[in-house]
Amino acid sequence: MRLTQIEPVRSTSRVSRGRLLIALVFGLIMPLVAHADEESRSRPQVPLSPGFRFTEATGEELFASACQGCHMPDGKGAVGAGAYPSLAQDSNLESGGYPVYIVVRGQRAMPPVGAMMNDDQVAAVVNYVRTHFGNQYRDAVTADDVKRVRP
Amino acid sequence: MQNQGATGLSRRDLLSLVGSVAGSAAMYHAMTSLGFASESLYKGPIRLQGDAKGASVLILGAGLAGMTAALELRAAGYKVQVLEFNSRPGGRNWTLRGGDRFTELGGASQTCGFEQGLYLNPGPWRIPYHHRAVLDYCKRLGVTLEPFIQLNHNALLHAANAFGGKPQRIRDIKTDFQGHVSELLAKVTQQSKLDETVSVQDKEILLQALQSWGALDKNYAYKANLTSADYRGYARDPGGGLGAAPIAGEPIKLSDILQSQLWRYLRNFAVYEFQTTMFEPAGGMDMIGKAFAREVGDLIRYDAKVIRIQQNDGGVTVSYVDSKAPAAPQLVKADWCICTIPLSILSQIQIDVGPRMKAAIDAVPYSSSIKVGLQFKRRFWEEDEDIYGGISYTDLPIRQISYPSNDYNRSGRGVLLGAYVYGGANAYEFTSMTPSDRVARAVELGSRLHPQYRAEFENGVAVAWHRVPFTLGCAGSWTEKMREEHYDNLCQIDGRIVLAGEHASYIPAWQEGAILSSLDAITRLHERVVRM
Repeated sequence: MRLTQIEPVRSTSRVSRGRLLIALVFGLIMPLVAHADEESRSRPQVPLSPGFRFTEATGEELFASACQGCHMPDGKGAVGAGAYPSLAQDSNLESGGYPVYIVVRGQRAMPPVGAMMNDDQVAAVVNYVRTHFGNQYRDAVTADDVKRVRP
Repeated sequence: MQNQGATGLSRRDLLSLVGSVAGSAAMYHAMTSLGFASESLYKGPIRLQGDAKGASVLILGAGLAGMTAALELRAAGYKVQVLEFNSRPGGRNWTLRGGDRFTELGGASQTCGFEQGLYLNPGPWRIPYHHRAVLDYCKRLGVTLEPFIQLNHNALLHAANAFGGKPQRIRDIKTDFQGHVSELLAKVTQQSKLDETVSVQDKEILLQALQSWGALDKNYAYKANLTSADYRGYARDPGGGLGAAPIAGEPIKLSDILQSQLWRYLRNFAVYEFQTTMFEPAGGMDMIGKAFAREVGDLIRYDAKVIRIQQNDGGVTVSYVDSKAPAAPQLVKADWCICTIPLSILSQIQIDVGPRMKAAIDAVPYSSSIKVGLQFKRRFWEEDEDIYGGISYTDLPIRQISYPSNDYNRSGRGVLLGAYVYGGANAYEFTSMTPSDRVARAVELGSRLHPQYRAEFENGVAVAWHRVPFTLGCAGSWTEKMREEHYDNLCQIDGRIVLAGEHASYIPAWQEGAILSSLDAITRLHERVVRM
């Protein structure tokens, strides 16, 4: 894949979380973007993944680190020249296999973000979305469900 | 270096003969087949010969692909119109300067607070010397270029858990790694362990070469001495007068370099795409887009959001709405359509193309990337650290810090590229933050390489490409398997529609890919028109 040519080198080393947290405290007292409209703050205190893959564990953390980049913190998506679909009250989530497949394989321009998560993480984030944002699908998907759709 | 052929003619003689008799096209062909010219697919300014017969072309997108097509097709006699989503030309060829306001998807707005003359290129920011199409359009359109520094030996390599978190100079890691490897290789060469692969004659030459390349002493050892200091610099530089003798520094141990993983970054100075000389347009990358727009701006309708692309045997009809105030769709008709809309958006637009092209449009995911620009009160990287241009690499989530390749040695403010993340979890994590958090994170992480950040930082601007309304992602992210299945189908002319852009090239995410793709598309389209 050509893009790896301009991708920063993938890290496998581990950053000390304690040290990161200490540094982050300094981060909070730094001046912020000039004139930026202050919207609801995301989570500046949370450590970032030290390598290529996501290290967040819970569905909530994974949503806030991966999904909300496009689907937005309220899950409602956004509209520009194209659109990111809303995940709120989304009947497409009724069958748990569907979002598992999309997260693992990607769909159209959506990258296969599940490739940077393990099976438990994919299951956790899918279960989170299926039980939040006005969705109430209580039949949880499992890591085995994820494993089955891996390419 | 000239190859004497059996004819007695040198290669250079032969070429000048070919050039004088057959003209430059034949000359180019001959040069290529003799391995003289570079292997670029750019053959110089395009010549669309033959009658366009008054045909009309509608171009979707006023990025570099779209504006290249507009410029060349109008020159060839076509009636050209362009629809563009943004209120400006260029697309991803884009520069943010003080006063520029940018609203990302989700609604967060930033007004860039940079001092006049300082800028961030959120998208493309450097041009390899072998991107001949971009360079040629810069020349033709009068865009001034300056060198972009990719490798600065005095910039830094950093790993959070190596060397106690202390950044190392690229020069030290590069020279010491090269020196140690040369010493090892010299050792096994001397022990005759390479006799099966290195001939007796070559063995002596290899030893000389390792000594020269690796800064080895007369015993083929890599040590702290004035030989290695010639390459890696000194603990104390040579001076003038009394007591000014140079003192050699102590090389970093091979094992420490290996364990630190810092060797991984050396490829960023080795791969073809990043080899010197690289360029940047003086004043910002969007100087290219603006130069194109001086030529074809009168053809562009801005703020046009395409919502439907129809075709039949008679032509193409495209529906669009005002992207700022969507109301009743407007229709534009033309004989042909060149569509440069990113696949991330095109895959959501109803378009009349065959199932193969549609499958290709739907097949390509868009990569995630973020950049953060940071303004500081003074150019401390130059004043305190002798870093003039270049890039420091780190395994922290910001991945790199790039120093401006312009206005060197000037007092006053400067802007750094404080984070550039391409793919991986960190790109998504940064995208998921508010712009102000991205900036705060970049400052906090970057201060581990440059503690001056804390006192000198003033303001910043952050662009996450998945939040950019006109692309919904950075660039097409092809795999080999995807290309095998879909690439040709994406590039074929489908009825009256042909696609172009970096996504329809083997150089994704580079402007060269966008322009070469466009030139290829209009060449094929024109051939079809002339034949009709």
